[in-house]
Amino acid sequence: MNAFTHIDRRSFLVGASAGGLSLGMSLSFTGAAEAAVTMPEVNAWVVVKPDDSVVIRVVRPDMGQGSMTGLAQLVAEELECDWSKVSTEYPTPGENLARKRVWGAMNSTGSQAIRSSQDYVRRGGAAARIMLVQAAADEWKVPAAECTVEKGVISHKGSGKKTSFGKVAAAAAKIAPPDPKGIVLKDPKTWTIAGKPLKRADTIDKVTGKHSFGIDVKLPGMMIAAIRQCPVNGGKVKSFESARVEGMRGVKKVVQVGEEAVAVVADNFWNAKQAVLALPVVWDEGKSADVSSETIAAILKAGLDADEAFVGNRIGDAKEALAQPGVRKIEAVYAYPFQNHATMEPMNATALYTADKCEVWCPTQNAEAALAVTIATSGLPADKCEVYKTQLGGGFGRRGRADFVAQAILIAKQLPGTPVKLLWTREEDMTHCSYHPITQCKLTAGVDEKGNVTAWKMRISGQSIIASLAPERLENGMDPATFQGLTASAPEGAFGYNIPNVLIDHAMRNTHLTAGFWRGVNSNHNAIYVESFIDEIAHETKQDPLEFRRKLLKPKQLAVLNAVAAKAGYGKPAKGRAFGLSSMNTFGSYVAACAEVSVVDGKLTIHRIVAATDPGYIVNPALVERQVMGSFVYGLSALLYGEISVKNGAVEQTNFDTYNVMRMAEMPVVEVILAPSGGFWGGVGEPTISVAAPAVLNAIFAATGKRVRSFPLMNQDLGTV
Amino acid sequence: MATLNVNGKTMTADVDPRTPLLWVIRDSLGLTGTKYGCGIAQCGCCTVHIDGVATRSCSVPVSAAAGKKITTIEGLAIDGKLSKVQQAWVDSEVPQCGYCQSGMVMAVSALLKDKPKPTNDEIDAAITNICRCGTYQQVREAIHAAAKA
Repeated sequence: MNAFTHIDRRSFLVGASAGGLSLGMSLSFTGAAEAAVTMPEVNAWVVVKPDDSVVIRVVRPDMGQGSMTGLAQLVAEELECDWSKVSTEYPTPGENLARKRVWGAMNSTGSQAIRSSQDYVRRGGAAARIMLVQAAADEWKVPAAECTVEKGVISHKGSGKKTSFGKVAAAAAKIAPPDPKGIVLKDPKTWTIAGKPLKRADTIDKVTGKHSFGIDVKLPGMMIAAIRQCPVNGGKVKSFESARVEGMRGVKKVVQVGEEAVAVVADNFWNAKQAVLALPVVWDEGKSADVSSETIAAILKAGLDADEAFVGNRIGDAKEALAQPGVRKIEAVYAYPFQNHATMEPMNATALYTADKCEVWCPTQNAEAALAVTIATSGLPADKCEVYKTQLGGGFGRRGRADFVAQAILIAKQLPGTPVKLLWTREEDMTHCSYHPITQCKLTAGVDEKGNVTAWKMRISGQSIIASLAPERLENGMDPATFQGLTASAPEGAFGYNIPNVLIDHAMRNTHLTAGFWRGVNSNHNAIYVESFIDEIAHETKQDPLEFRRKLLKPKQLAVLNAVAAKAGYGKPAKGRAFGLSSMNTFGSYVAACAEVSVVDGKLTIHRIVAATDPGYIVNPALVERQVMGSFVYGLSALLYGEISVKNGAVEQTNFDTYNVMRMAEMPVVEVILAPSGGFWGGVGEPTISVAAPAVLNAIFAATGKRVRSFPLMNQDLGTV
Repeated sequence: MATLNVNGKTMTADVDPRTPLLWVIRDSLGLTGTKYGCGIAQCGCCTVHIDGVATRSCSVPVSAAAGKKITTIEGLAIDGKLSKVQQAWVDSEVPQCGYCQSGMVMAVSALLKDKPKPTNDEIDAAITNICRCGTYQQVREAIHAAAKA
């Protein structure tokens, strides 16, 4: 992480505690309390105990997407161990830092957990196997090449000798590790552990209430804090009257948190919340106090025709192609709102601060970022700080930030020696998110007499996530992430249509609300814009949307589209039903969806979704299938209900009564096609979200003739065209 | 002082009688399997059984629960044996992050007591708990599996 570049690594005490590697609050895969590992490790990834049980250490947070299981499968595959004897552990960011980031990046964001670490975790597993085999070969005085391994048992055919990983692990730990670059990894076609629908080991904990989330942290003498942040983002606390609530039941202390918030620390959350709500606070709401959804929309609208914009994709000359005689212009304007992640577990963090140590327990998607914030906020040196990742009640990008970690520490610093758990109310969570960016988009296509698209011009006007969260990563002012799925070529995702003249640009228009990474990120609106407008062109030129796409799509994207169309029975809808299509290349994967809907008296029913994904390789098909199914709940909740609006500078929605999400009754049947074509590693958690909304929107058009261009659908009347 | 019967045990908590049952269960009794999601009975994360009825504990003052039989997710398995709903959840591998699943399991357990073989429409009407990971399809499958078990 960039945040670490200023940290003096030499000042960090290796091991962070006596006895070398202490795994702190190690969270066992099996749920059984795992004692700190005292056995020497074979390498950073693998510890084998004398009873042949194997501990695999991986560092990408599992927030339900299954990365802990998938990464362990990859290590175990190369290790050739017995899967039934595997448990996992999650080293802390302090340990990772102390060991020069031996485990690599610790973030689960951007659908990267598997794809960005698969290579080095497999090499880690393979290196451990090589060392274990060498240890056995040394003991037997035979060449290692004559030994074979199966399920943690090493055999030497010539002598008939056999031993197990547990028996040679101590000797293996002393062997010089092989050069990881020289290791030949297994051909995925030969996988026996990876690639299989193996079960997670933590499900029983999740159905018995034992899975311990950040909100569940318990420490001796712990107090609970409830917070109130300035209703207008960017505003500040002017004054507050502590004396008015200090006598309330359970209240221990009233504190200011940074410039923008106040908190009450009490014996339980309810008492803290009652007091913080009763606390008289005068806010300086600042310059954004008169901002509304209308004023934001007007600024974005002006951006649609602004002269200056950052160019993300330029092929040929779209403007000139549009000006050619005989070219028909088709134009449409779309708008996409702010949205909240609404993780089921509200933001929280627990901090314990003393003069010489600061420890944090928190549900985080990026423990290294949380540690960097802990170091910066506590003011203590890196070797005096540590972060223990708890389980996460949803992440969806929100928990990549560590704003709530900083707040917990700022409160704990005012109560040295007392552990303080800061828990946001749902209302604070709803009104102080880093929201899905708001954008508008104007699309112009040029079509010749034969119905061929000769030009594609696409202007996005709106907020930049990078400008909000990491302005130092802007490239000459431009936010390259804005063009997710729209660039000319990129391993991450490219514009899927072969059109000779393309201009896609971005007029950056930032608002006072913080924009953030929201599961699917910029792909969500980009896919709606592209896939709806492609559908518009097809209908305007009287071409079937599938045949039209087939003429233009690049091969891998077309393959997944063809797969969903075939399975859905596209072209042969049942009476009263209609199909809609969409496809996308994003997060390194190719995805497509076919939605089957009906609209009766303006009421939409989404009956069925057929979804296909080609992420290159699939490590656990059962978990990938669940990610795809779940991504439709996320994407369709956004389409049906997702809207954060602004009045007097403040977010209007406060809870699930005003920010609705999809429930069981609205859940369509999702049929998943897994179509890994190999040769690349794409993501899984996010890509299919992007095709959810446009498939349904295109189906709505097929059913009703109504083209919806602003969202969410709850604001639209589907009964009138 | 509130006296409660939780999972068959008598427990006491020194709290304001208006405190929602949820926070007494979590913060005073330390049973953290019951989750907070919204505080306004919208999401169902905090569902417990009060005298066998699925109830969103964030919106019930502790005073109203006194003398009644309260069951939380921790009380569902008997002598370590999972209930048939919990077992169906494990077999169908329902949970993703797992945060909403305590409430889901409690709501479904109550539903199956009333309607041992619920139709999809009955499931839709009764199970309004929010899951943001999107496990609804597995939830439905597991409900039917539990009904057959």
